[in-house]
Amino acid sequence: MLIAGTDVVEAADLATRTGWELKPEGLCKADRCVPLPAEARGDEGVPAGVLAERLGMALVAAPEHDLLALGPEAGGHALLDARLPDLELPDRHGRPFSLRSLRGTRFVMVAWASW
Amino acid sequence: MWQALRAELRPQGVEVVTVALDTGGAEAAGRWIDAAQPEHPSLIDAEHRLDALLGVVNVPTGVWVDEDGVLVRPPEVAHPGTSVLRDMLAEHGMPADSPQVLKDQVAAMAGIEIHPERYAAALRDWAAHGAASRFALSPDEVVARSRPRPPELSQAAAHFEIGAYLHTHGEPGAARHHFREAHRLDPANWTYKRQAWSFEDPFQGPTEHYDSDWVSEVRSRGPETYYPPPDL
Repeated sequence: MLIAGTDVVEAADLATRTGWELKPEGLCKADRCVPLPAEARGDEGVPAGVLAERLGMALVAAPEHDLLALGPEAGGHALLDARLPDLELPDRHGRPFSLRSLRGTRFVMVAWASW
Repeated sequence: MWQALRAELRPQGVEVVTVALDTGGAEAAGRWIDAAQPEHPSLIDAEHRLDALLGVVNVPTGVWVDEDGVLVRPPEVAHPGTSVLRDMLAEHGMPADSPQVLKDQVAAMAGIEIHPERYAAALRDWAAHGAASRFALSPDEVVARSRPRPPELSQAAAHFEIGAYLHTHGEPGAARHHFREAHRLDPANWTYKRQAWSFEDPFQGPTEHYDSDWVSEVRSRGPETYYPPPDL
């Protein structure tokens, strides 16, 4: 996930972009929770460096553009579990569509590209 | 392309969702969507989030999702029973005045095996039999078949995201550095390469900015790495 102009990630952004949720027991995704030291929980969120270290995410900086990016968690497989992450994407008119709205319906999701 | 299969599958309870992996967003993908006039959800993923979330490395790639939001097949090459491009080439051939880069691409493409009819047959089986279909995998199998992710792939994803941001914010030179890093760290990821090459040349031919291009990469990495045969 991209982090512009700061080195802190808000909990809501973290959950939306990575599926990792900030809970009393730590950072949690699917059935897995990773402890988070109390001092790492700020009012603004969690420092990107702490997330990278705790979750095994790469942290890449582009300081000349005031940008950071956290890669997905490494060390296992691309899928931590088989549940489709909550994902909201826009249609061609910018209207958001939540894949969660398809619960109850089977679907095949196909990635394509114009290039 | 998916409309015909969707018309067949939807009455059996299987929806189709298409997602354009296009850093250019609606400006890049919109006219294709307008032309197709899909009745199914047709979305745009300008940040290539499916790459990072699911391990998508080329297009077209499909995943199957059951009623509970659980993947029953991981990312794999997905053609809707046919390949329009190949059908057109088979019927009409390559126009003699085509640019050389396109002729080279078609020649290289001939070595890439696809199995669109097998994928569509598997989808039809799942539509008919649901969880009892032999193509519906257990959660453990889905995870095990998803792409392993060592640390360098996480780094590649972060570089690609910075590159895409810089490209869309008017910094193409700075973007290229991060795209090149993504390519170096995750050489098997075709979406990272094809997206970046396409910014320089719509045919993804050789340019001064990258060490490789579509044709040279297919030749050097081997056509079987481009679309691995589906494990169906």
